[in-house]
Amino acid sequence: MATGIKDKVAILGMGCTTFGERWDAGAEDLMQEAFAEALDDAGIERDQIDAGWLGVFYDEQSLGKSAIPLSMTLRLPNIPVTRVENLCATGSEAMRGAVYAVAAGACDIALALGVEKLKDTGYAGLPERTKGSFDDLWMPGYTAPGAFAQLASAYATRAGITMTDLKQAMAHVSWKSHQNGALNPKAHLRRPITIEQALNAPMVAKPLGLYDCCGVSDGAACAIVTTPEIARSLGKQDLVTVKAMQLAASNGVEAGHASWDGSYTMTTRKAAERAYAEAGIDNPRKELDLVEVHDCFSVTELILMEDLGLSAEGAAPKDILDGVYDRDGDMPCQVDGGLKCFGHPIGASGLRMAYEIYSQLLGRADQRQLDTPSLGLTHNLGGIPNRNIASIAVYGLAG
Amino acid sequence: MDGDRLDMSERGILAYGAYIPQRRLPRKVIADAMAWASPSLKAQGKGERAVRAWDEDSLTMAVEAARDCRLDGLDAPANLVLASTTLPFADRDNAAVIAEALHFDEHISTLDVSASQRAGTAALAGALQKDASSLLLAADCRDAKPASGLEMQTGHAAAALFIGNGGPLLARCIGQRSISRDLVDHYRAQGERFDYVLDDRWLRDEGFFKIIPETVRALLTDTGTEAAAIDHAIFPCPKRVAARLAKVLGLAETAPGDDLAANCGHTGAAHALLLFAQTLQQAKPGAKILLVGFGQGADAFLFETTPKLADYTPRLGVAGHLARRQEETSYLRYLAQQGSVNVDWGHRAEFDNRTAMTAFYRNRDSITGFAGGRCQECCTVQFPQTKICVNPDCQANDSQVAISLSGVRGEVKSFTEDWLAISTNPPLQYGNVELEGGGNIFMEFTDCEPGSLTVGAPVEMRFRIKDVDKRRRFTRYFWKAKTMQES
Repeated sequence: MATGIKDKVAILGMGCTTFGERWDAGAEDLMQEAFAEALDDAGIERDQIDAGWLGVFYDEQSLGKSAIPLSMTLRLPNIPVTRVENLCATGSEAMRGAVYAVAAGACDIALALGVEKLKDTGYAGLPERTKGSFDDLWMPGYTAPGAFAQLASAYATRAGITMTDLKQAMAHVSWKSHQNGALNPKAHLRRPITIEQALNAPMVAKPLGLYDCCGVSDGAACAIVTTPEIARSLGKQDLVTVKAMQLAASNGVEAGHASWDGSYTMTTRKAAERAYAEAGIDNPRKELDLVEVHDCFSVTELILMEDLGLSAEGAAPKDILDGVYDRDGDMPCQVDGGLKCFGHPIGASGLRMAYEIYSQLLGRADQRQLDTPSLGLTHNLGGIPNRNIASIAVYGLAG
Repeated sequence: MDGDRLDMSERGILAYGAYIPQRRLPRKVIADAMAWASPSLKAQGKGERAVRAWDEDSLTMAVEAARDCRLDGLDAPANLVLASTTLPFADRDNAAVIAEALHFDEHISTLDVSASQRAGTAALAGALQKDASSLLLAADCRDAKPASGLEMQTGHAAAALFIGNGGPLLARCIGQRSISRDLVDHYRAQGERFDYVLDDRWLRDEGFFKIIPETVRALLTDTGTEAAAIDHAIFPCPKRVAARLAKVLGLAETAPGDDLAANCGHTGAAHALLLFAQTLQQAKPGAKILLVGFGQGADAFLFETTPKLADYTPRLGVAGHLARRQEETSYLRYLAQQGSVNVDWGHRAEFDNRTAMTAFYRNRDSITGFAGGRCQECCTVQFPQTKICVNPDCQANDSQVAISLSGVRGEVKSFTEDWLAISTNPPLQYGNVELEGGGNIFMEFTDCEPGSLTVGAPVEMRFRIKDVDKRRRFTRYFWKAKTMQES
């Protein structure tokens, strides 16, 4: 492997809007809101930014194509800007662009901003869009919950557990995230639920009920990154640095070959292996203090615990029910409420995950602050189980 | 006319098949729902009728009838004819779509025959008069107004006959006669959805009882056949009419067989051929079969079965399809799925699914023909066929040969019942299907009751409507997985 990115880039400042049904705000307003917080946190002038990456998924829904809306909305000083899109991993992709630009020495200070304005569709759920001129001809008219629900039947078969037992663990995942979301003033869904509510909710895509699904939200999140040296020269004391940043994309094996059994995300396993190597993590369960994973659906979070090597194969349901991933557990997962309750404005989500790790590492998480964490992981998944992108980053306090 | 008769004694039926959708609507469900408007329906509330699934039409049913035929050992047909009064396309060769779905070589002549209940038998007469072989498919799924007589009487189904002289005939055609006479007992104008139906007593007296006997008598005279020598008589008419015709013509009382009214309904242009397929499945070698088609005249045929008939069985045939039954208990759901109730399918259904016709044309082997690739290095069967093998341990370049996946079986790897997805038959059920031969396809399940799918369940492939572009009235077809009931 190349030398890797470990400790080459530091986060200078971050911002994140309140997520939710932001009837008051357009995509431009959300961008400004997240950027203002990040700029204030970074303690720099806007014109000190050398380059920008804009992450937005449904360009046809809000901002249109290109990164020009980023430059125009923030009145950036004619610097290079790039729009990136990698499905639900779009936010992480914007971060990756900025981080790599700094690491490469192409610029001193770079901006990553992810935004999504979903609630202008006028209806619940994600917008229905073409899958491509060939795929439209044969692929089933799947939805996100239906595509991820596939994991449940395949996982239950592989792990040899009943759907009832699996549902129980899935309900715990959602219950836990609602508990966490209630403590987060920026979260979309802030009302705790009971296990029974999760179990008895109306079915969306069997076996996923309403509470197994994350929120469809508006929001934006933003990071300003630089080198650790520049960050220190700007007066930063506690530094959060990037320890690893890895991405793995499906190459068609899951969608087209029988060797994949449908019960896990192959890409997460590959990206995790590379990220742990890059960060120098031998035992993730022991070394990581918290994780923010792509809990688009409860069952996704459940299988990811195994894909990330946090639970042994087949042990995720038990670990979940034992409270391992609760905020007071051994490996707090989604302490900010996750996609489930913080919400899922697609282009922003990867950066929102980073925002929570950053806040926790710097001890700024208020009511939901964990006890002195020093290493956290974000896992952002774009696509559906049989064709996707897994983007993993590890952030830690600089030594 | 007599002098022009062709000798067709060496032409006949080489194979036959049938298709009846598994959804059956008990007529009592119609009567219970609509007797408030028409109390006379109560007396008709007996038996059941076959109803197409939301993703079936005459074209897909015809494909399934063709697939019900056993064509092993026969050369591909030179002609493919589709007879129907409910063709999905008024100007796009429906038979050409079928030829591609059946993976026939494109050096085939295709033709749609329509516009009469007699379309099926008229096409049969045409096929028998040709030198080359023909696969004749007849299918109909007529819409009927709620509470109408047709709603009670009709059913949806398809039949297939392979006609030729190049192989062992199951039944020889001894003679054929037609009369063309414009008796308008009902009609459906171009662009209309429903038939306009006139007095059935007039149809009976001036139509059935005059035109059919005239045609049949001419045929019997032509062929020098005694009426009493007929073993089976097929009249696509109500049971009482058929019994009376038998009597009038001097046929044996037992000659008219089951008319499928009780458990399928009258299947329009397909009906005479569907009953013929049923009769062939039941007949003994050496039997004489009188086949009559009716509509603005009549076609009459005399067939004689051969010893080869005993060696042939369709995959399911009429009886096998009738045994596969799924009861429709909701009259409203039936109406909604026939398009007679304007259900609010939500904002998602506003999705514009315009077809990129150029992309469809380039990929029609994959889409219509369900062609996948089989890697010659590692034998992995895959969809779609690509340049590089999908097997991660192979990834050979340019190693794949096209293979039709329509006959390949699979196994359910994962599934869901999706209530959010656009479907006129929610929940939309789909999942990963592991193919025999090592591939995987993410595909829709069809004819599948919620709660019935399990991981590992074996599936077979069905040609169905994928979706309809409602704005432009374009129907797209693709293949779906259906769980196999035998296992």
